[in-house]
Amino acid sequence: MRPGKMLRQVLQSVFKKPFTVMYPYEKLEMPDKFRGKLKFYPEKCIGCKLCMKDCPTGAIFINKIGDKQFEAIIDLDKCIYCAQCVDSCLKKALEATKDVELAQLDKSKLRVVFNAQPPKTT
Amino acid sequence: MSAIFSILIFPGILFLSITALFAEFLDRKIYARLQNRVGPPWFQPFADFVKLIAKEEIIPKDANAIMFKAMPIFAFASSVCAFLYIPLYAAVSLFSFSGDIIVVLYLLTVPTLAIFIGGWYSTSLYSRIGSVRGLMQLFSYEVPLFIGVLSSAVLADTWSLSDLSLFYGSHSWYWVFNLIGFFVALVALLAKLEKAPFDIPEAETEIVAGSFTEYSGRHLALLRLTLDVEMIVGASFLAAVFLPFGYGFGPVIGFVIFLLKVLSIICLLSLARTILARLRIDQMVIFCWKFLVPLAFVQLLLNLVIKGVLVR
Amino acid sequence: MADPKKFKIPIGPQHPSLKEPESFSVALKGEKIKGVDIRLGYNHRGIEKGCEAKTFVQDVYLIERICGICSHSHSTCFVQAVEEIAGLAVPKRALYIRTLIGELERVHSHYLWLGVAGHEIGFDTLLMYTWRDREAIMDVLALLTGNRVNYGMNCIGGVRRDIDAAQTKEIIKAIDELEERTKYYIEVATQETTIIKRLSGVGMLSYEDALKLGAVGPTARASGVNRDVRRDDPYAAYGEIKFDVITDDHCDVYGRTVVRVKELMQSFSIIRQVLKNMPDGPISVRAPRKIPAGEALSRYEAPRGEDVHYVKANGTEYPERVKVRAPTLANIRPVKHMLKDRYLADMPIVIAAIDPCFSCTDRMVSLKHDNNKNKEIMEWQALRKYSIEWYSKQGLDFTKLNEKLNKRFKA
Repeated sequence: MRPGKMLRQVLQSVFKKPFTVMYPYEKLEMPDKFRGKLKFYPEKCIGCKLCMKDCPTGAIFINKIGDKQFEAIIDLDKCIYCAQCVDSCLKKALEATKDVELAQLDKSKLRVVFNAQPPKTT
Repeated sequence: MSAIFSILIFPGILFLSITALFAEFLDRKIYARLQNRVGPPWFQPFADFVKLIAKEEIIPKDANAIMFKAMPIFAFASSVCAFLYIPLYAAVSLFSFSGDIIVVLYLLTVPTLAIFIGGWYSTSLYSRIGSVRGLMQLFSYEVPLFIGVLSSAVLADTWSLSDLSLFYGSHSWYWVFNLIGFFVALVALLAKLEKAPFDIPEAETEIVAGSFTEYSGRHLALLRLTLDVEMIVGASFLAAVFLPFGYGFGPVIGFVIFLLKVLSIICLLSLARTILARLRIDQMVIFCWKFLVPLAFVQLLLNLVIKGVLVR
Repeated sequence: MADPKKFKIPIGPQHPSLKEPESFSVALKGEKIKGVDIRLGYNHRGIEKGCEAKTFVQDVYLIERICGICSHSHSTCFVQAVEEIAGLAVPKRALYIRTLIGELERVHSHYLWLGVAGHEIGFDTLLMYTWRDREAIMDVLALLTGNRVNYGMNCIGGVRRDIDAAQTKEIIKAIDELEERTKYYIEVATQETTIIKRLSGVGMLSYEDALKLGAVGPTARASGVNRDVRRDDPYAAYGEIKFDVITDDHCDVYGRTVVRVKELMQSFSIIRQVLKNMPDGPISVRAPRKIPAGEALSRYEAPRGEDVHYVKANGTEYPERVKVRAPTLANIRPVKHMLKDRYLADMPIVIAAIDPCFSCTDRMVSLKHDNNKNKEIMEWQALRKYSIEWYSKQGLDFTKLNEKLNKRFKA
């Protein structure tokens, strides 16, 4: 029965560096394979639209531009960053990056378009 | 003219407000560092004060507007008034007369009563519970505080703060006899300032904000300033009564010594705030009456015996 | 007011002590509580109905977001029910990885609870220190699963990610450090005078009352009820792991604290066993998209108690009915009993001691009164017709607005 049991621990904290991270002057680094913003590789896409079928919120939309040319429109405010589309894609055309600072003042900037690859000229 | 200067500038409203806001910063910074965090920057209490003044005031429809608005002013005025009788850098304070210890203690009680009346006339349920708790706390800690402080005055055989400092200045090392009373008065000061473990009237997780729930805008700014001023006044009062040394060095060094004494008492208060949880009101009443009051009486008896034996 | 000493004070729905909205209307006399009226439902989001409109693959993520703290519990419970209907044989490595994530989640949830309990009794230092140590677990979980909450580890048929040797080393390092800190917190909780004074004798629930009122989880185990789904009905890899079920006899909030802190030590030992005995093999089996018809009930020991999911499938890609009973719903009834004749100052800590998660709790519950036999539950179309009639009786007509909205959302 001692009042003030945490006294020694509390006094030791005065000499340690504070645990707070002074964001935004210092930033934290996310570990590898963190599920952040999506990235789309248009040259690998075959237009099967399995990602659209499996997305829980309907955040990704695949558009056919030309022959074997597909563009992806991703709504960052609808995406829940579950990366189910990454798993569903048969050709590994989608990837989750470590980018997590996605806040914007302008809502139209939250609709990201990954353009189709340019048409082959041969 | 010099009276107006004393009341308004030094050691009156301006000096006291700036020192109180700085003391609040120190208290919050020490609290944060003890918890391994960074804490607010130095201008945070000033920024809070300015922000609150700029906000709109909302007074509940059922509340008595006159009492609601008048109580913060009463609380602030009496705390500032109490500071005029405390010796700062010389053994003699600016306005001293025989019996001013009792006056200072009375003036320190007025803010608690004013906050009680302000909370009661707010007619909100949370304010009523908070104000009643505040009054119950007043009944518990006032007796040990008075006895602890007055036992030091009994040894010096005077009821005037300035004469007390002169007495202890001439008989050095007599203040060591009062250390039990110092401990009792520190615990009672924690209760007066409503800091943990005695922040029951203002318990955030139970009754939102107690007496302060319905206050906003300028009144809230003044009430928070009153709490900080009370902290400075209470700490310097304890420093004057229980640590009355170092008065003979002239104004500048004496002022620095006074600041060091006050800041060390504030450090002790912050430390107590960090390592203890909040008590319940019935536990607090039992603690004060079963533990603090007997200790205070022991100190009083000790001082009476010493006075009979030593001081001839 | 009639009796100046007796009045009703609203704790909630918005209150600084509640982390989530819930309405407790407390009848006070002085400082003593004479009665509590509880109203639930402020966090109802229609998740059970939403599950019926999404496929099973999408439902895993929706069920995961019922709660932020026990998200893996809900997701695993759901996936277990679906796998039982479809008759899938989940590989052993997947079961072990699910157990590992579940125990890591239990550690993080109990640390969060320690901090919240400290805050409710006014001891903010404990809050800051426990939440600082909790960051170590969150970093480990981010490394393993890719996110700090809502892990997304489960898929129907197994898990989505594997664990390699470097990650195993990180887990062991974090567990070792946290075990030291947990021992320190056990000392603080059992020796600090003000904590013992605030927590002892508060929220008493005797053994018989715990059985009669249906308490689950650490709330029941602190009253001596020896029930734990991990031991009574083993799922995932718990059948092959040795651990103790912690019970305590104090029957009050202090007992619940002791149970939770000792469960932390048991979790560390379970994690070590899992990492040592992890079998090799695949991490998932291929699951069909159309789940055959059937129904299943699955149980899981979430950090707060027993979590029950019921799933009914009918051969298509969409479930027919999903029902979730969260542990907090079972623990709310004892709260009313615990608060009789206690002080107002005990209210926050008693509510916090059952570890309330009202996001989990607010599902649709239909109560039938014994006398009122003809109370009906309306179908969706009947309810809509009833509401249109009711509003037109008040003089409000919504048909034009409905047409405008239909036109807008069809586009």
